[in-house]
Amino acid sequence: MIERLNKAFESRVRLGIMAVLVVNEWVDHARLKELLNVTDGNLASHLAALEELKYVQVRKRFIGKRPNTSYRSSVTGASAFRAHLEAIERLIPKT
Amino acid sequence: MTQNDQLAELAHIRGLMDRSTRFLSLSGLSGVVAGAIAIAGVTLARYHITQGLAPDADVLTYGTERGYSPVDDLRLTLIMDAAVVLCMALLGAFWFTWRRSRRTGQYLWDASARRLMVNLFVPLGVGGVFCLALFYYGLPGLVAPATLMFYGLALFSASKYTLDEIRWLGVSELVLGVVALFWLDAALLFWALGFGVLHIFYGGLMYLRYERDSRENV
Repeated sequence: MIERLNKAFESRVRLGIMAVLVVNEWVDHARLKELLNVTDGNLASHLAALEELKYVQVRKRFIGKRPNTSYRSSVTGASAFRAHLEAIERLIPKT
Repeated sequence: MTQNDQLAELAHIRGLMDRSTRFLSLSGLSGVVAGAIAIAGVTLARYHITQGLAPDADVLTYGTERGYSPVDDLRLTLIMDAAVVLCMALLGAFWFTWRRSRRTGQYLWDASARRLMVNLFVPLGVGGVFCLALFYYGLPGLVAPATLMFYGLALFSASKYTLDEIRWLGVSELVLGVVALFWLDAALLFWALGFGVLHIFYGGLMYLRYERDSRENV
Protein backbone atom coordinates (compact mmCIF):
# COMPACT_ATOMS: atom_id res chain seq x y z
CA MET A 1 0.00 0.00 0.00
CA ILE A 2 2.83 2.35 0.86
CA GLU A 3 4.07 2.37 -2.76
CA ARG A 4 0.86 4.17 -3.82
CA LEU A 5 2.25 7.27 -2.11
CA ASN A 6 3.63 9.51 -4.81
CA LYS A 7 7.32 10.41 -4.45
CA ALA A 8 6.69 13.74 -6.13
CA PHE A 9 4.57 14.77 -3.18
CA GLU A 10 7.04 13.92 -0.44
CA SER A 11 7.78 17.61 -0.12
CA ARG A 12 5.26 19.52 1.92
CA VAL A 13 5.60 22.52 -0.37
CA ARG A 14 4.82 20.53 -3.52
CA LEU A 15 1.81 18.94 -1.87
CA GLY A 16 0.71 22.41 -0.77
CA ILE A 17 1.09 23.82 -4.28
CA MET A 18 -1.06 21.04 -5.72
CA ALA A 19 -3.67 21.48 -2.96
CA VAL A 20 -4.07 25.14 -3.90
CA LEU A 21 -4.05 24.52 -7.65
CA VAL A 22 -6.68 21.74 -7.72
CA VAL A 23 -9.31 23.98 -6.14
CA ASN A 24 -8.48 27.17 -8.04
CA GLU A 25 -8.20 28.31 -11.64
CA TRP A 26 -4.94 30.08 -12.58
CA VAL A 27 -3.01 31.12 -9.45
CA ASP A 28 -0.04 33.44 -9.77
CA HIS A 29 3.38 33.19 -8.15
CA ALA A 30 2.79 35.93 -5.56
CA ARG A 31 -0.47 34.38 -4.38
CA LEU A 32 1.15 30.94 -3.99
CA LYS A 33 3.99 32.49 -2.06
CA GLU A 34 1.57 34.25 0.27
CA LEU A 35 -0.53 31.11 0.87
CA LEU A 36 2.37 28.72 1.40
CA ASN A 37 4.66 31.09 3.24
CA VAL A 38 7.83 30.11 1.40
CA THR A 39 10.64 32.01 -0.29
CA ASP A 40 10.64 32.80 -4.00
CA GLY A 41 13.53 30.48 -4.74
CA ASN A 42 12.08 27.57 -2.82
CA LEU A 43 8.70 27.98 -4.52
CA ALA A 44 10.28 28.34 -7.97
CA SER A 45 12.30 25.12 -7.65
CA HIS A 46 9.29 23.08 -6.49
CA LEU A 47 7.15 24.56 -9.27
CA ALA A 48 9.87 23.66 -11.79
CA ALA A 49 9.83 20.07 -10.52
CA LEU A 50 6.05 19.86 -10.85
CA GLU A 51 6.23 21.42 -14.30
CA GLU A 52 8.83 18.80 -15.31
CA LEU A 53 6.37 16.07 -14.29
CA LYS A 54 3.66 17.86 -16.31
CA TYR A 55 1.58 18.16 -13.15
CA VAL A 56 1.17 21.90 -13.61
CA GLN A 57 0.65 24.19 -16.58
CA VAL A 58 2.43 27.50 -16.71
CA ARG A 59 1.19 30.73 -18.25
CA LYS A 60 3.48 33.71 -18.62
CA ARG A 61 2.06 37.06 -19.58
CA PHE A 62 2.35 40.75 -18.91
CA ILE A 63 0.00 42.73 -16.73
CA GLY A 64 0.82 46.27 -17.82
CA LYS A 65 4.59 46.25 -17.92
CA ARG A 66 5.11 43.65 -15.20
CA PRO A 67 5.59 39.99 -16.04
CA ASN A 68 3.11 37.70 -14.34
CA THR A 69 3.43 33.93 -14.12
CA SER A 70 0.41 31.81 -13.25
CA TYR A 71 -0.02 28.10 -12.71
CA ARG A 72 -2.82 25.61 -12.78
CA SER A 73 -2.97 21.88 -12.25
CA SER A 74 -3.03 19.62 -15.29
CA VAL A 75 -5.41 16.66 -15.52
CA THR A 76 -2.48 14.32 -14.78
CA GLY A 77 -1.43 16.44 -11.80
CA ALA A 78 -4.92 16.60 -10.34
CA SER A 79 -5.45 12.85 -10.56
CA ALA A 80 -1.99 12.15 -9.14
CA PHE A 81 -2.79 14.47 -6.23
CA ARG A 82 -6.11 12.76 -5.62
CA ALA A 83 -4.51 9.29 -5.72
CA HIS A 84 -1.88 10.47 -3.24
CA LEU A 85 -4.53 11.80 -0.85
CA GLU A 86 -6.45 8.53 -1.06
CA ALA A 87 -3.25 6.64 -0.29
CA ILE A 88 -2.66 8.77 2.82
CA GLU A 89 -6.25 8.26 3.90
CA ARG A 90 -5.94 4.49 3.52
CA LEU A 91 -2.90 4.52 5.80
CA ILE A 92 -5.00 5.92 8.59
CA PRO A 93 -6.83 3.08 10.34
CA LYS A 94 -10.58 3.53 10.37
CA THR A 95 -11.96 4.24 13.80
CA MET B 1 5.16 8.81 8.82
CA THR B 2 3.25 8.17 12.01
CA GLN B 3 -0.50 8.30 12.09
CA ASN B 4 -0.43 11.73 13.70
CA ASP B 5 1.84 13.03 10.96
CA GLN B 6 -0.61 11.81 8.36
CA LEU B 7 -3.53 13.45 10.11
CA ALA B 8 -1.58 16.69 10.44
CA GLU B 9 -0.70 16.47 6.75
CA LEU B 10 -4.33 16.06 5.76
CA ALA B 11 -5.35 18.94 8.03
CA HIS B 12 -2.64 21.09 6.45
CA ILE B 13 -3.85 20.28 2.93
CA ARG B 14 -7.46 20.87 3.87
CA GLY B 15 -6.51 24.24 5.44
CA LEU B 16 -4.68 25.32 2.29
CA MET B 17 -7.60 24.37 0.08
CA ASP B 18 -9.95 26.31 2.35
CA ARG B 19 -7.75 29.36 2.75
CA SER B 20 -7.05 29.61 -0.96
CA THR B 21 -10.73 29.56 -1.95
CA ARG B 22 -12.57 31.05 1.00
CA PHE B 23 -12.38 34.35 2.81
CA LEU B 24 -12.23 33.33 6.45
CA SER B 25 -11.41 36.63 8.17
CA LEU B 26 -15.01 37.82 8.21
CA SER B 27 -15.59 39.03 11.75
CA GLY B 28 -18.70 38.03 13.69
CA LEU B 29 -18.58 41.39 15.46
CA SER B 30 -19.41 43.13 12.19
CA GLY B 31 -22.68 41.18 12.17
CA VAL B 32 -23.46 42.11 15.77
CA VAL B 33 -22.79 45.80 15.10
CA ALA B 34 -24.75 45.81 11.83
CA GLY B 35 -27.66 44.17 13.65
CA ALA B 36 -27.63 46.74 16.45
CA ILE B 37 -27.53 49.61 13.92
CA ALA B 38 -30.43 48.05 11.99
CA ILE B 39 -32.58 47.79 15.12
CA ALA B 40 -31.81 51.43 15.97
CA GLY B 41 -32.76 52.39 12.40
CA VAL B 42 -36.05 50.48 12.54
CA THR B 43 -36.88 52.06 15.91
CA LEU B 44 -36.23 55.49 14.44
CA ALA B 45 -38.38 54.66 11.40
CA ARG B 46 -41.18 53.48 13.66
CA TYR B 47 -40.96 56.78 15.58
CA HIS B 48 -41.18 58.80 12.35
CA ILE B 49 -44.15 56.79 11.14
CA THR B 50 -46.12 57.20 14.34
CA GLN B 51 -45.23 60.91 14.44
CA GLY B 52 -45.89 61.56 10.77
CA LEU B 53 -49.21 59.82 10.42
CA ALA B 54 -52.21 58.79 12.43
CA PRO B 55 -51.33 55.57 14.24
CA ASP B 56 -53.71 53.48 12.15
CA ALA B 57 -52.43 54.79 8.78
CA ASP B 58 -50.84 52.11 6.66
CA VAL B 59 -47.72 53.92 5.54
CA LEU B 60 -45.97 51.22 3.58
CA THR B 61 -48.92 50.50 1.32
CA TYR B 62 -49.84 54.18 1.09
CA GLY B 63 -47.74 54.83 -2.01
CA THR B 64 -50.44 54.46 -4.64
CA GLU B 65 -51.95 57.83 -3.69
CA ARG B 66 -49.81 60.64 -4.97
CA GLY B 67 -49.50 64.33 -4.24
CA TYR B 68 -49.93 64.12 -0.49
CA SER B 69 -46.88 65.88 0.81
CA PRO B 70 -46.61 64.69 4.46
CA VAL B 71 -46.42 61.13 3.17
CA ASP B 72 -43.78 62.10 0.62
CA ASP B 73 -41.79 63.83 3.36
CA LEU B 74 -42.10 60.81 5.54
CA ARG B 75 -41.04 58.55 2.72
CA LEU B 76 -37.99 60.68 2.10
CA THR B 77 -37.11 60.54 5.81
CA LEU B 78 -37.48 56.76 5.78
CA ILE B 79 -35.30 56.39 2.69
CA MET B 80 -32.65 58.61 4.31
CA ASP B 81 -32.89 56.56 7.48
CA ALA B 82 -32.42 53.33 5.51
CA ALA B 83 -29.47 54.78 3.56
CA VAL B 84 -27.70 55.93 6.75
CA VAL B 85 -28.27 52.51 8.37
CA LEU B 86 -26.88 50.75 5.30
CA CYS B 87 -23.76 52.94 5.18
CA MET B 88 -23.05 52.63 8.89
CA ALA B 89 -23.56 48.85 8.84
CA LEU B 90 -21.22 48.48 5.85
CA LEU B 91 -18.58 50.68 7.49
CA GLY B 92 -18.84 48.71 10.75
CA ALA B 93 -18.57 45.39 8.90
CA PHE B 94 -15.58 46.60 6.97
CA TRP B 95 -13.81 47.92 10.07
CA PHE B 96 -14.18 44.79 12.19
CA THR B 97 -13.21 42.53 9.30
CA TRP B 98 -10.18 44.69 8.55
CA ARG B 99 -9.18 44.48 12.22
CA ARG B 100 -9.55 40.71 12.23
CA SER B 101 -7.70 40.20 8.95
CA ARG B 102 -4.69 41.98 10.44
CA ARG B 103 -4.72 39.48 13.30
CA THR B 104 -5.26 36.37 11.17
CA GLY B 105 -2.67 37.54 8.66
CA GLN B 106 -5.03 36.92 5.74
CA TYR B 107 -5.05 39.69 3.16
CA LEU B 108 -8.19 41.80 3.20
CA TRP B 109 -8.25 42.08 -0.57
CA ASP B 110 -7.04 38.80 -2.02
CA ALA B 111 -8.53 36.53 -4.67
CA SER B 112 -10.97 34.90 -2.22
CA ALA B 113 -12.20 38.27 -0.93
CA ARG B 114 -12.79 39.38 -4.51
CA ARG B 115 -14.80 36.26 -5.29
CA LEU B 116 -16.83 36.79 -2.13
CA MET B 117 -17.61 40.39 -3.12
CA VAL B 118 -18.63 39.52 -6.68
CA ASN B 119 -20.95 36.76 -5.52
CA LEU B 120 -22.45 39.02 -2.85
CA PHE B 121 -22.90 42.22 -4.80
CA VAL B 122 -24.26 40.86 -8.09
CA PRO B 123 -27.52 39.57 -6.55
CA LEU B 124 -27.57 42.48 -4.08
CA GLY B 125 -27.16 45.08 -6.86
CA VAL B 126 -30.00 43.56 -8.90
CA GLY B 127 -32.10 43.52 -5.71
CA GLY B 128 -31.36 47.21 -5.14
CA VAL B 129 -32.52 48.10 -8.65
CA PHE B 130 -35.61 45.95 -8.19
CA CYS B 131 -36.50 47.79 -4.96
CA LEU B 132 -36.06 51.17 -6.67
CA ALA B 133 -38.43 49.92 -9.37
CA LEU B 134 -40.95 48.96 -6.68
CA PHE B 135 -40.82 52.55 -5.40
CA TYR B 136 -41.06 53.86 -8.94
CA TYR B 137 -44.20 51.85 -9.68
CA GLY B 138 -45.72 52.83 -6.35
CA LEU B 139 -45.44 49.46 -4.64
CA PRO B 140 -43.32 50.33 -1.57
CA GLY B 141 -45.16 47.74 0.49
CA LEU B 142 -43.22 45.02 -1.30
CA VAL B 143 -39.83 46.57 -0.55
CA ALA B 144 -39.34 44.94 2.86
CA PRO B 145 -39.84 41.33 1.69
CA ALA B 146 -37.86 42.06 -1.49
CA THR B 147 -34.85 43.41 0.43
CA LEU B 148 -34.89 40.38 2.73
CA MET B 149 -35.16 37.93 -0.16
CA PHE B 150 -32.47 39.50 -2.32
CA TYR B 151 -30.16 39.84 0.68
CA GLY B 152 -30.79 36.18 1.46
CA LEU B 153 -29.99 35.19 -2.13
CA ALA B 154 -26.82 37.31 -2.09
CA LEU B 155 -25.61 35.69 1.15
CA PHE B 156 -26.52 32.25 -0.15
CA SER B 157 -24.48 32.76 -3.31
CA ALA B 158 -21.52 34.34 -1.45
CA SER B 159 -21.44 31.67 1.27
CA LYS B 160 -19.41 29.28 -0.92
CA TYR B 161 -16.48 31.63 -0.48
CA THR B 162 -16.62 32.30 3.24
CA LEU B 163 -17.65 30.87 6.61
CA ASP B 164 -20.45 28.27 6.63
CA GLU B 165 -22.62 30.33 8.99
CA ILE B 166 -23.25 32.80 6.15
CA ARG B 167 -25.15 30.08 4.30
CA TRP B 168 -27.49 29.63 7.25
CA LEU B 169 -27.87 33.37 7.66
CA GLY B 170 -28.85 33.52 3.97
CA VAL B 171 -31.38 30.71 4.31
CA SER B 172 -32.88 32.39 7.39
CA GLU B 173 -33.23 35.70 5.53
CA LEU B 174 -34.90 33.90 2.62
CA VAL B 175 -37.43 32.17 4.89
CA LEU B 176 -38.17 35.46 6.65
CA GLY B 177 -38.52 37.27 3.30
CA VAL B 178 -40.97 34.71 1.96
CA VAL B 179 -43.07 34.88 5.13
CA ALA B 180 -42.94 38.71 5.04
CA LEU B 181 -44.29 38.58 1.48
CA PHE B 182 -47.63 37.43 2.88
CA TRP B 183 -47.57 39.68 5.91
CA LEU B 184 -46.98 43.14 4.52
CA ASP B 185 -48.42 44.96 7.56
CA ALA B 186 -45.56 43.74 9.72
CA ALA B 187 -42.82 44.97 7.35
CA LEU B 188 -40.90 46.87 10.02
CA LEU B 189 -40.99 43.92 12.37
CA PHE B 190 -39.61 41.62 9.68
CA TRP B 191 -36.90 44.13 8.90
CA ALA B 192 -35.91 44.31 12.56
CA LEU B 193 -35.87 40.49 12.71
CA GLY B 194 -33.98 39.97 9.44
CA PHE B 195 -31.41 42.74 9.58
CA GLY B 196 -31.25 43.10 13.37
CA VAL B 197 -31.89 39.88 15.27
CA LEU B 198 -30.49 37.45 12.65
CA HIS B 199 -27.30 39.49 12.24
CA ILE B 200 -26.75 39.65 15.99
CA PHE B 201 -27.47 35.94 16.36
CA TYR B 202 -25.22 34.66 13.57
CA GLY B 203 -22.56 37.32 14.19
CA GLY B 204 -22.46 36.33 17.86
CA LEU B 205 -22.25 32.66 16.87
CA MET B 206 -19.33 33.33 14.52
CA TYR B 207 -17.58 35.40 17.16
CA LEU B 208 -17.94 32.69 19.80
CA ARG B 209 -16.87 29.93 17.41
CA TYR B 210 -13.87 31.47 15.71
CA GLU B 211 -12.69 34.60 17.46
CA ARG B 212 -13.08 34.35 21.20
CA ASP B 213 -11.29 31.02 21.54
CA SER B 214 -8.25 32.07 19.57
CA ARG B 215 -7.95 35.20 21.70
CA GLU B 216 -7.38 37.26 18.59
CA ASN B 217 -9.27 40.19 19.97
CA VAL B 218 -7.56 40.49 23.33
